[in-house]
Amino acid sequence: MTEMSEVCAALGQYCASTAMVFAMHQIQVACIVRHGLGSQMFRDYCAELVERQMLLASATSEVGVGGDTRSSICAVEVADGIFTLNKDATTVSYGANADDLLVTCRRSVDAARSDQVVVLARRGQYRLDQTTNWDTLGMRGTCSPGYRLSSSGPAAQILPGSFADASSHTMVPYSHILWSSLWLGIATDAVTRAARFVRAEARSKPGTTPPTALRLAEVSNDLHTMRAMVRDMAREFTDAQSPNEDAEALLGMGFALKMNNLKIASSTLLVKIVHQALLLCGILGYKNDSPFSLCRHLRDAYSAPLMIGNDRIFAKNASMLLVHKDD
Amino acid sequence: MSITDIILRTLAEHGRLAADRSLIDDHTDLYQAGLTSHASVNVMLALEGLFDIEFPDRMLRRGVFRSVSSIRQAIEELTAGAASPPQLTGELK
Ligand SMILES: Cc1cc2nc3c(=O)[nH]c(=O)nc-3n(C[C@H](O)[C@H](O)[C@H](O)COP(=O)(O)OP(=O)(O)OC[C@H]3O[C@@H](n4cnc5c(N)ncnc54)[C@H](O)[C@@H]3O)c2cc1C
Repeated sequence: MTEMSEVCAALGQYCASTAMVFAMHQIQVACIVRHGLGSQMFRDYCAELVERQMLLASATSEVGVGGDTRSSICAVEVADGIFTLNKDATTVSYGANADDLLVTCRRSVDAARSDQVVVLARRGQYRLDQTTNWDTLGMRGTCSPGYRLSSSGPAAQILPGSFADASSHTMVPYSHILWSSLWLGIATDAVTRAARFVRAEARSKPGTTPPTALRLAEVSNDLHTMRAMVRDMAREFTDAQSPNEDAEALLGMGFALKMNNLKIASSTLLVKIVHQALLLCGILGYKNDSPFSLCRHLRDAYSAPLMIGNDRIFAKNASMLLVHKDD
Repeated sequence: MSITDIILRTLAEHGRLAADRSLIDDHTDLYQAGLTSHASVNVMLALEGLFDIEFPDRMLRRGVFRSVSSIRQAIEELTAGAASPPQLTGELK
């Protein structure tokens, strides 16, 4: 995890969309590797994944459900060993370019909304009809329009177990840590640009500290906080995997709260940091064609608090804190 | 009223289960019966109030609230050592 987090942060310094595609693929792979290896089909699939370097996309969000990944309207149906699954997906990043998809859905047509499973739909087994465009403020390179998905394939491609466990064990921590890592990359580059700006000012008048230096000290303080949070959570997650740790800890409320707090805090700090860096660079940050441009950072940064809306996550935390004792 | 009855009534009141109440037995998977994490918090709160207990962090796990029997085990563990068997201290509606 710590290594993947570093990769996302590094990519995020150059292209947040690339970093997001990398992160999302890794999240999907982790779900299969950590929850599917009990099945021969998924063991073979993993070998193929590595050999053919296939790209995996995710269809969790759904029309009528939004960003609440823990409920689905669509349901998988199985007959004679063949699954059928149709989903009205609001946002599927790089859907048109992916090889295979992991799709969340209800376990059966009469299952509750929260009783979900994950289904692997392989290229050739699904059809995507584009329903919306991806003409957005930022994160354009993720190419994430909506699609109507229709798929069918061998029932063995339903990931064993329930999505509830895969979600708290894997999808949520991987998403929140890797997303936060790439957001850290955006913030790092914004501060790097601001620092370069301040240094250029300082060089032009040696002997005087430019007033912007104070602002730089301020924004670099936020960046350090953000970096510390991301690294701390990546390490905590890694430690929780070691054999002498209780794997059940990952299913606990304390851990869920920490992961949620990481997502909320890092996405909020990102917007703040880029905003501060922009104020610092002034018009040269506002211009698209200057070496200090922060336009793209700003546009990309605003996706972070919306990607699984922070208010939604706050609401979940509020509910958990009614019973969770942090002592 | 037995602990099991109290749990069943609490689930009926706060669990917002999709499945028919009469179909819930000791080992029914409550999550498959439609218990969401939000509803499970309300069930925990109600049980904490009814038995005057606090579920510690180590018990705030999906596994503990997966079935009537696992919830009962948790309550029995928390009330073990008390002079009398688990008592209703709160009010059941
Ligand atoms: C760059 C990018 C890439 C994405 N890629 C994918 C992808 O590959 N696959 C995929 O499935 N999805 C993807 N998504 C979608 C994402 O996962 C969320 O579904 C989406 O951002 C949330 O959409 P929404 O704001 O319309 O919906 P909602 O989650 O419905 O939220 C709408 C508003 O209501 C608020 N709200 C909702 N519920 C509550 C509540 N209980 N309490 C308080 N406020 C609440 C939210 O905070 C928000 O302001 C992507 C999103 C982005 C930005």
